Amino acid sequence: MNKDQQSNDQQIIESRIKSEYKWGFTTDIETETVPSGLNEDIIRMISAKKNEPEWMLEWRLKAYRHWLKMAEPHWPNVHYDAIDYQDAYYYAAPKQEKRPESLDEVDPKLIETFNKLGISLEEQKLLAGVAVDAVMDSVSVATTFKDELRKLGIIFCSFSEAIREHPELVKKYIGFVVPPNDNFFAALNAAVFTDGSFCYIPKGVRCPMELSTYFRINAAKTGQFERTLIVAEEGAYVSYLEGCTAPMRDENQLHAAVVELVAHKNAQIKYSTVQNWYPGDEQGKGGIYNFVTKRGVCLEENSKISWTQVETGSAITWKYPSVILQGDNSIGEFYSVALTNNLQQADTGTKMIHVGKNTRSTIVSKGISAGRSNNSYRGLVKVHKGALNARNFSQCDSLLIGDKCGAHTFPYLEIQEKSAKVEHEATTSKIGEDQIFYCNQRGISTEDAIGLVVNGYCKEVFKELPMEFAVEAQKLLAISLEGSVG
Amino acid sequence: MLTIRDLKVSVEGNQILKGVNLEIKAGEVHAIMGPNGSGKSTLANALAGREDYQVDSGEVLYRGKNLLEMSPEDRAREGVFLAFQYPVEIPGVSNANFLKTALNEIREYRGLEKLDAMEFLTLVKERMQLVEMDPKLLNRSVNEGFSGGEKKRNEIFQLAVLEPALAIMDETDSGLDIDALKIVANGVNKLRSKDRSFLVITHYQRLLNYIVPDVVHVLVNGRIVESGGKDLALHLEEHGYDWIKNEREAPVTM
Ligand SMILES: Nc1ncnc2c1ncn2[C@@H]1O[C@H](COP(=O)(O)OP(=O)(O)OP(=O)(O)O)[C@@H](O)[C@H]1O
Ligand SMILES: [Mg+2]
Repeated sequence: MNKDQQSNDQQIIESRIKSEYKWGFTTDIETETVPSGLNEDIIRMISAKKNEPEWMLEWRLKAYRHWLKMAEPHWPNVHYDAIDYQDAYYYAAPKQEKRPESLDEVDPKLIETFNKLGISLEEQKLLAGVAVDAVMDSVSVATTFKDELRKLGIIFCSFSEAIREHPELVKKYIGFVVPPNDNFFAALNAAVFTDGSFCYIPKGVRCPMELSTYFRINAAKTGQFERTLIVAEEGAYVSYLEGCTAPMRDENQLHAAVVELVAHKNAQIKYSTVQNWYPGDEQGKGGIYNFVTKRGVCLEENSKISWTQVETGSAITWKYPSVILQGDNSIGEFYSVALTNNLQQADTGTKMIHVGKNTRSTIVSKGISAGRSNNSYRGLVKVHKGALNARNFSQCDSLLIGDKCGAHTFPYLEIQEKSAKVEHEATTSKIGEDQIFYCNQRGISTEDAIGLVVNGYCKEVFKELPMEFAVEAQKLLAISLEGSVG
Repeated sequence: MLTIRDLKVSVEGNQILKGVNLEIKAGEVHAIMGPNGSGKSTLANALAGREDYQVDSGEVLYRGKNLLEMSPEDRAREGVFLAFQYPVEIPGVSNANFLKTALNEIREYRGLEKLDAMEFLTLVKERMQLVEMDPKLLNRSVNEGFSGGEKKRNEIFQLAVLEPALAIMDETDSGLDIDALKIVANGVNKLRSKDRSFLVITHYQRLLNYIVPDVVHVLVNGRIVESGGKDLALHLEEHGYDWIKNEREAPVTM
């Protein structure tokens, strides 16, 4: 290859890295907010706006008082300027007279927003397959397929609605897995959370469709604090999908969500995320701080919780979807693809806490770093005394694209049980020039070659995703990576 | 088909090819032999457009076009195929998916309709028979965990599917057992046509018993020092390269 050819390739590569975030538009819609800043009055105001019962307000205030005593964690391998919690808005809602009873009552601008994102709420009415709860800024704007699910006893609604309609269930399970004082961001969320999804699958019911929540931040300077709670009763099964995007804004926005999963005896919860919050621009300006606490408990025997995540967005990601394996023979799984490009930072991984006997966990983490990004895997495998014959297998692979990025692996093991067996494998590889050349020599462009190699690398994780989501994830990965071989 | 004039190529600052001249006409099979490290693979890689292979001077005309100006993928799409001496593994990407992507990108470049899954499968099944490849290999990851022989056979299978105009085979015979060698050579012979040329790099005369070349070249120290008919290969087999090295002190151009 001659010199011109090489610099030409380099240019293609550079231009591809600079591909833009395609979900960065804003919706011009009237928004209702509470004043900026955080104090007890603000929390009272949020609670009042949502017509919450007294117990809910008390729960929030208690969390807030905890939060005041806590310090922001700085142990993750990420760097950012201090967040001014008094300079943010904690409640923003698309202005609607009342909560719409049906899609026809939803503001057409909102419908249009979700259409642009490829989430056609209209179509959802017609197409069986996925039931969607759409959350914009602080509130859920529409939930589809509710009636059909209702017939099976499945409750799938916004969190606010659940507080009103199913207080006994919410009271029982909120904070059950992630207590309000669990960590700084969980406490903040507990104090100011505004909406989210609630899902309850009764005993013996296999949810016939994928349940999905689509989160969208629209308003400026607004934090998004949603909570998701999924309870699967004995023998129940549910597959749940979560997607998210945000407009391109110069300032950083905080997203501090909490997700709690509870699996009873023989129940199974499959939770899949395709996280695509705005990552900031090439210079690292703007982007979402994604500080999320996700945890599930396999409460009783033979239950199973699987987390599958494809993380391509956010300026900073800090999340460790975890499973507490309390019931005997319970199973926890974590499949993750975390991709960082430009100046993105990700510190993500999982915690598998083995308590019950014969509990098993699998961790498959695929990190991909490109540009000048930093990608860390952090995982804890803990086996309590008495968790006889607990098994864990962890595989943490890192793929480097170019030579300005970083990949780090921090595996922690705390084994208090002699009969436990824990295996850990880790690899770091660079996307091979020989692989790219091999593809080129067969007529495949460099861009497509990277797509092939990266998708191949992520295959073990993608195969855990529901079909449509896997296709989506592949495309997303290709877009996020566009041409980052150097 | 291919004209190489006074081609000089460096790798990491060392000049490996020191003026190669070669003319291959449509339908011809040329063999290149030569001692280890003489630059055979360097020639193959330079023709395929691999980065790191710096062309210092010289020119290469391929079907009347300046090959050296094209990107590696465009060379492939124009019909240049390299069967690698060391085929590359691509974990997680099935052989079928890889080949379908390749074939369709080539077809697109040529303004042809992409093949759908069924058409592709039909074609692939037919070509697989040509080299008697185990169909199981189609669903395995590209070259991952393939035996040495399977990798080589897979290269020729790809050649058969992609139907290049100029096929460069870099030591395809090494790693193949005797039966496999016959099968693969047979496949190659079936692919011979008046519009397709082959450049076959090998150390062993045996391959040339099956794939009978029109011309045999000897590459020593970055230059073609001897060219002749198929008998030249026999002679080399018997006498090695020393006689040429001794005989040819001065650089030779054709
Ligand atoms: N990437 C590289 N970096 C440094 N030197 C290289 C590189 N590639 C080739 N060379 C050198 O160039 C010379 C020619 O190598 P080449 O692979 O072309 O030989 P060959 O004739 O194909 O040998 P063989 O018969 O062993 O396959 C060798 O000395 C080799 O070490
Ligand atoms: Mg060689």
